[in-house]
Amino acid sequence: MKTRHKRMAFILVGLAGLATAAGLVLNALNSNLALYISPTDVLAGNIPKDKAFRLGGMVVEGSLKRQDDGLTVHFDVSDNVETVTVAFTGILPDLFKEGTGVVTQGRMVNGLFKATEVLAKHDENYMSPEVAEMLEKGEKANQAATGAMAP
Amino acid sequence: MAFKNSIAWYYFSSPKNFYPLAGRLIPWFWGLSVILLVVGLYMSFFVAPTDYKQGESYRIIFIHVPAAWMSMLIYLVMAVYAIIGLAWKLRMAEMMASALAPTGAMFTFLALWTGAFWGKPTWGTYWVWDARLTSELILLFLYIGYISLQSAIDDPRRAARASALLAIVGVINLPVIYWSVKWWNTLHQGASVSPTMEPKMASVMVTAMLVMTFAFWMYTIAVVLMRVRRTVLERESQTSWVKALVGDRVENSSAGEKQ
Repeated sequence: MKTRHKRMAFILVGLAGLATAAGLVLNALNSNLALYISPTDVLAGNIPKDKAFRLGGMVVEGSLKRQDDGLTVHFDVSDNVETVTVAFTGILPDLFKEGTGVVTQGRMVNGLFKATEVLAKHDENYMSPEVAEMLEKGEKANQAATGAMAP
Repeated sequence: MAFKNSIAWYYFSSPKNFYPLAGRLIPWFWGLSVILLVVGLYMSFFVAPTDYKQGESYRIIFIHVPAAWMSMLIYLVMAVYAIIGLAWKLRMAEMMASALAPTGAMFTFLALWTGAFWGKPTWGTYWVWDARLTSELILLFLYIGYISLQSAIDDPRRAARASALLAIVGVINLPVIYWSVKWWNTLHQGASVSPTMEPKMASVMVTAMLVMTFAFWMYTIAVVLMRVRRTVLERESQTSWVKALVGDRVENSSAGEKQ
């Protein structure tokens, strides 16, 4: 074995050891590396006590309601299993919409999540408005077709 | 065939032979980079359609994603050169590794910067400590640490060895950046384009993004070759070939001043 091969092997073994260590550390820190907590975990009580945390999920369609003061909004955040109602006073980001992702920061007060910050989470799909419209039409046609067949 | 290749590899691993090769290649990479940049920017702004959700603000993707890809690719190449430099004790590999770092740091900064200005209008914030953003910031710190460590040690061989170790250890961060959006929940969305699946964006958008990526790539090669040529002259300044090369120029320029 030549010296340079020995050195090469030494570097590669070292790197493999380091990767394993990093993997174990990241795995141990798993829950701390998550940016937000899902509604299911929130309702199960897996939240930091007396501390603000982030709640993330989808804004439920038709759940956005503006309160009488004109500034406060209530909306439901769901992970398709459980739902938490969020109250927020302030300006919502441009991409905030029903049916899209959201990450909010705040704390639980009597079963209501009082948010101090609302961030919109967008997905990885990009297309022109024309294509989006076409897809939506196709979806509706599909739904109508399956709906007609169901009964 | 393999024998012939290995001869070329050893031939150009000598700074004396690499220096003129790099000099001949630089204009070609600059040319390619400019052409690709013009085509890429034209496609980004005039050919690619508006996004159905984000409108025009999504167009920053054509700088943001290529810059982020390059920041990771450059680090990987830098680490490979660092390993070769350590194991084979090749001066040329050491110099290539250190020449890559500033450009890598620049693209990392560009990715973070464009990301912040994209995040404000879309997410509603410049910055959030999610796994993707934080690990990319760590990449910037790795580049800065690498450059600082190298300039803190006077002896170039020792500087190269110490910083190579840092570069190799930092490689662990690359898969963390790349898969962070998959492993943990983040505000940053998942990958739109990846080698393992169909792109989740209109094909003209993907093309524009790839053209921009190649433009950045060619730019990187051109700039890094220029930087490495300067390093070669610095580190080999005691050799006869550099003295002959520089001596000629000094004589020429002093002759020019006299006229």
